[in-house]
Amino acid sequence: MDEALKNELSKQGIFATTLQDLYNWGRRSSLWPLNFGLACCAIEMIATTMARYDLARFGAEVFRPSPRQADLMIVAGTITKKMAPQVVRLYNQMPEPKYVISMGACAISGGPFKQGYNVLKGIDRYIPVDIYIPGCPPRPEALIEGFMALQKKIDEQQLTGENRPRHLNADEPSEFPIPTFGPHDLQPPRNRDVWHPPLVNITTIGRDDAGTT
Amino acid sequence: MLEQLKPEIEAAVPGARLEIVTNPSVSGQHSLLIDAEHAVAVALFLRDSPRHRYDYCSNVTGIDWPPLEVSEKVKVKKLVDGVETEVDELRTTESGDYLEAVYHLYSMEKKHGPVILRMHTEDRAAHVHLPSLTPVWRSADFQEREIFDLFGIVFDGHPDLRRILMWEGFVDHPMRRDYVEPDDYEYEPTAHDEVLHRAQHTHGGAA
Repeated sequence: MDEALKNELSKQGIFATTLQDLYNWGRRSSLWPLNFGLACCAIEMIATTMARYDLARFGAEVFRPSPRQADLMIVAGTITKKMAPQVVRLYNQMPEPKYVISMGACAISGGPFKQGYNVLKGIDRYIPVDIYIPGCPPRPEALIEGFMALQKKIDEQQLTGENRPRHLNADEPSEFPIPTFGPHDLQPPRNRDVWHPPLVNITTIGRDDAGTT
Repeated sequence: MLEQLKPEIEAAVPGARLEIVTNPSVSGQHSLLIDAEHAVAVALFLRDSPRHRYDYCSNVTGIDWPPLEVSEKVKVKKLVDGVETEVDELRTTESGDYLEAVYHLYSMEKKHGPVILRMHTEDRAAHVHLPSLTPVWRSADFQEREIFDLFGIVFDGHPDLRRILMWEGFVDHPMRRDYVEPDDYEYEPTAHDEVLHRAQHTHGGAA
């Protein structure tokens, strides 16, 4: 619908919208996060929901203790390898449409514990992540910023066509394989359908094969 | 203090083999090496004797001592061509090849401490058993489990010896010095040295 006509109609007291706008507005304004924290980032997440920062202003005050009633998983904190299968299982138990915010350095990449024997190098190795919030831990303002970015992302989703979100595409999976405990590491160490290492540009000009100048 | 404690323990626990391990650093926290055989008896004496009453075990930790050959040059006087001269001689001493558990004890009642106890296993592979002191101090429970998990010392007599940080089925002991972490090389944004070498070969060395 033409934006100018919409404005003109609203001045006359007529509200016109599209089904897509209404649908996305409904979804983005009632994101219910899963009541679930892993480390110090969870403290900031709790602070965000309290009166001072008041996440309720964004329609996300109902932290659900059951994954069956949650739309949003805020992965707040260090994911140890022992905890990773449970995180993936919780994600699988959430109904579509579902979103993931990876909060803080640890949830993004392992943070200061990267290369440790017991810490997963980012939850995006097993489940798709919508929003990354850097910080150690991110302040509540940063979480709200990330939350608003997620709302914008939902607002822009098309309900039909090639770019429609995963929950409207029957071919896309909504559950992801849960890693198992191996003798040395999680098996598999990453889900190749979800995550692959980024190609890093490495300058080889003036270098021989061993990488020396 | 340990100099006075040692004969008392030896009198109370016949046959106990004790050794004072001196700490040459400024802190001077010397410790008492006890033998595994009499460890529980020594621990009970320290906890219950009215003069000491070490009723609080604040910390238990493990140390890995891999086999180590130390070579040092020692000046030795020798007769060379009938003349006594100083000659450098290379001496190698072998040490290590055992695991160690360390206990820090305090007395809440007498307000003194710490007394530091050490125990050695026989080696790092087959004979890694030590007596558990959890029956003496309950606070050692989780920390002995942690040592069992990360160093692989088996504490005999522990009421619930399971891995505590890693999962059941994990075979390594990550805090041992020869632990090899899983080869999970992925990428480095600023690759250098070995990582750079591998990145060049993984991605075909293309810029």
